[in-house]
Amino acid sequence: MTKGQRKLIIVSCAFALGFGIIPTANAMHIMEGYLPLSYAIGWGVVCVPFLLAGLFSIKKTVSEHRKTLMILAMVGAYAFVLSSLKIPSVTGSSSHPTGTGLGAILFGPCAMSVLGIIVLLFQAVLLAHGGLTTLGANTFSMAIAGPFVAWGVFKLVSRFRCPKPAAVFLASCLGSLFTYCVTSVQLGVAHPGEAGVAAATLEFLGIFAVTQIPLAIIEGILTAVVIMGLETYAKSELTELGYFKKGAV
Amino acid sequence: MEEKKAPSGRWKTVVILLLICVIIAIFPLAFLKDSEFGGADGAAEEAITQIDPEYEAWASPVLEPPGGETESLLFCLQAAVGSGIFFYCFGVLRERHRKEKNA
Repeated sequence: MTKGQRKLIIVSCAFALGFGIIPTANAMHIMEGYLPLSYAIGWGVVCVPFLLAGLFSIKKTVSEHRKTLMILAMVGAYAFVLSSLKIPSVTGSSSHPTGTGLGAILFGPCAMSVLGIIVLLFQAVLLAHGGLTTLGANTFSMAIAGPFVAWGVFKLVSRFRCPKPAAVFLASCLGSLFTYCVTSVQLGVAHPGEAGVAAATLEFLGIFAVTQIPLAIIEGILTAVVIMGLETYAKSELTELGYFKKGAV
Repeated sequence: MEEKKAPSGRWKTVVILLLICVIIAIFPLAFLKDSEFGGADGAAEEAITQIDPEYEAWASPVLEPPGGETESLLFCLQAAVGSGIFFYCFGVLRERHRKEKNA
């Protein structure tokens, strides 16, 4: 990372912090117009440093390891496919996986935030799913919080003697679940009602997080299968990305 | 022998894992008969209206698909484009692997 890039990230961080206490809201992507304006802007600003760091990190990875560009396209496409699959769940509602765990594990969580916002933009503009006013909040939950958890869990579990695909399963499963927990908190904070933030959050958790449990398991399994395939056919790229390093950060 | 056994064992694992995914997805369909499996975001909209009856959505989507059919077309496109790219790359990688092995 160059000095200029670092400065940009620091400045945007300062801005994000300046906006003060983080407002919250999101759901199977928070619906357009369902976040008050202050929250919509607040979440958007919080995302900026992550997106900048992600852009720089992608630039660095791709210029240093040209070969990995194809893998980057694959993890983006993977998130694209998974977030289009609305799967029925035990609560009687449907939701969709996020597909962000794979990219977070291979390219790091910041890189995934850039890919994630592309998917969210597509869905918000063309599909009326999610929304432009809630883009910031949705980006934070799906493209930042989820990937960071997935990446963290993967690094942590990799320290133990655990088969890599099992670590990938756990990481992407928890990342997917966490995305929707963040969504619930975001909505709970924005719409506390009379019962208060905690009660409202709990209600949204009941809707989003519980629905997501089986889907998170599916996502974990699929991501593990993809990693098994990549381990076989793209060993050199994964090595360059540092995937095989033990517990390295 | 060992070499030959490994790939077929891996395929078996993959098939079993994918079957588990299908079962998890089908399970609610089979056991929750009287549900339409609407989106969880729709359920959240209802919850917001309950918690905060005075809240009104202040923005609406820029482009809303005219109906369910068009929406499903767009979702299909999203999946098709994504899996097209994904499996094209996968095919390239597999072929490269095969060539390297034979070389």
